[in-house]
Amino acid sequence: MTLLVIDWALIIEKLILIVVVVLASLVIALYSTYGERKIAAFFQDRIGPNRAGPFGLLQPLADGAKLIFKEDVIPNAANKWLFILGPAMSMTAALITSAVIPWGNHLEIGKRIVPLQIADVNIGILYVFGVVSLGVYGIMIGGWASNNKFSLMAALRGASQAISYELAMGMSLIALLMLTGSLSLKTIAAQQVGHLWNVCYQPLGFIIFLVCAFAECNRTPFDLAEAENELNMGYHQEYSSMKMGFYLFAEYVNMFISSAVMATMYFGGYDLPFFNPANHSANFAALIGIIALMAKVLFFIFLFMWVRWTIPRFRYDQLMNLGWKKLLPLALANMLITAVVILWLHK
Amino acid sequence: MGINTILFSVLSVLTIFCAIMVIASKNPVHSVLWLVATFFTISGHYILLNAQFLAIVNIIVYAGAIMVLFLFVIMLMNLNSNTEQRKNLWMKLAGIVSAGMLLWILISAVRTYTEQLGKQKLNATFNTGNIGLIKNLGSVLFTQYAFPFEICSVLFLSAMVGAVVIGKKQ
Repeated sequence: MTLLVIDWALIIEKLILIVVVVLASLVIALYSTYGERKIAAFFQDRIGPNRAGPFGLLQPLADGAKLIFKEDVIPNAANKWLFILGPAMSMTAALITSAVIPWGNHLEIGKRIVPLQIADVNIGILYVFGVVSLGVYGIMIGGWASNNKFSLMAALRGASQAISYELAMGMSLIALLMLTGSLSLKTIAAQQVGHLWNVCYQPLGFIIFLVCAFAECNRTPFDLAEAENELNMGYHQEYSSMKMGFYLFAEYVNMFISSAVMATMYFGGYDLPFFNPANHSANFAALIGIIALMAKVLFFIFLFMWVRWTIPRFRYDQLMNLGWKKLLPLALANMLITAVVILWLHK
Repeated sequence: MGINTILFSVLSVLTIFCAIMVIASKNPVHSVLWLVATFFTISGHYILLNAQFLAIVNIIVYAGAIMVLFLFVIMLMNLNSNTEQRKNLWMKLAGIVSAGMLLWILISAVRTYTEQLGKQKLNATFNTGNIGLIKNLGSVLFTQYAFPFEICSVLFLSAMVGAVVIGKKQ
């Protein structure tokens, strides 16, 4: 009697893919911290980390080891379970977003076609939104459970910022979705292969999305949740050891994932211009696709850092004004114009 | 017993457990978080019914936005289990009566449904019907149910305007 019919090959294939993607996100996030410090040093005319290993390449590992071996303090007055749940949720939400991103077209192993995407759900981009909106809980729970006024203030700031910018982000996306007619990231990426990238049709939408992505990742100029000079340190003030590390790390994973989402949606995903995948073997094309996507992702990560070390932090009311009074109306206008143009061209 | 039945049973047990924890928790913040968990398990049920769009919208709107606002209010008011006071007997009575009426409606709905199933010799099935997918749901909303849909949006608009008006007064 078979209780369940399970396609073991599929499960193993997906399991390997998940492990690879999660590991890759973690390693890239790890080395983003190194990149961040090197780039900051470059912008400020310093040298940056150069002690651990050649060019300081082992610095992130040393930082990680330091965080793990530090004493893990849970404040007496903190809500113990929620205090632990906060960073865990931040990290989980950051990592599971990668499930719907197509990392390449597909591999051919023997006769089996292995798509380089963990799950092709037909609501792909909405899934990303759903998970991103969960990331807010990590900040809020952590900030509240610390039982510290500054943490709470920072958490409230972070959450209201995330909610406000999610709106403009969603609106700018609707315009893009009108063009693509699909919510699946795989379809959106496939549509752009060999054609103009979506950013050519949606430049304004992309800029709005980019600004909102900065806000969603809590990066400067929108890092009000961790404004040291107003809030001591931010929502993770009471955290120490690896719990703190999780919060810091989740930011970098978020940065990586949002770069991947932006590259997929607006910059052709795994598409390399003037390279026709049909002329090459599937595996080679997939490899080129992965490299192309990673190059785009790295560029966006660099952009995140570039902005961080160039633009100073907004004031809180400026942040809210920008979100509600500038970006949201702009996104609405962009949506209307797109709709009108699409209707006009079809007639 | 297929995988769907197993998933359904697991999800149902989880849903009921989370829902009980919502009302059993002393700490209001815990209650809110259990409610978020409940929304997740309910979204799982939506996915079992092949309504992925409903599932994710449920998460984005309820878990992602509304519950965050709940958390906001609770955190700002600093409600604790010690400050909580519910000693009014009439309130308890009213709660029991309204919950009983809700139960009544639910039971009658389930009963009529099962009776109809018995008449038509139908079995409840998983993963069938495409109405929950975004394409079908969108076309139905904007054709068959366009009028109620627009009425709903007017209702939301009036609520928003009302909130702004109340906010401006102070």
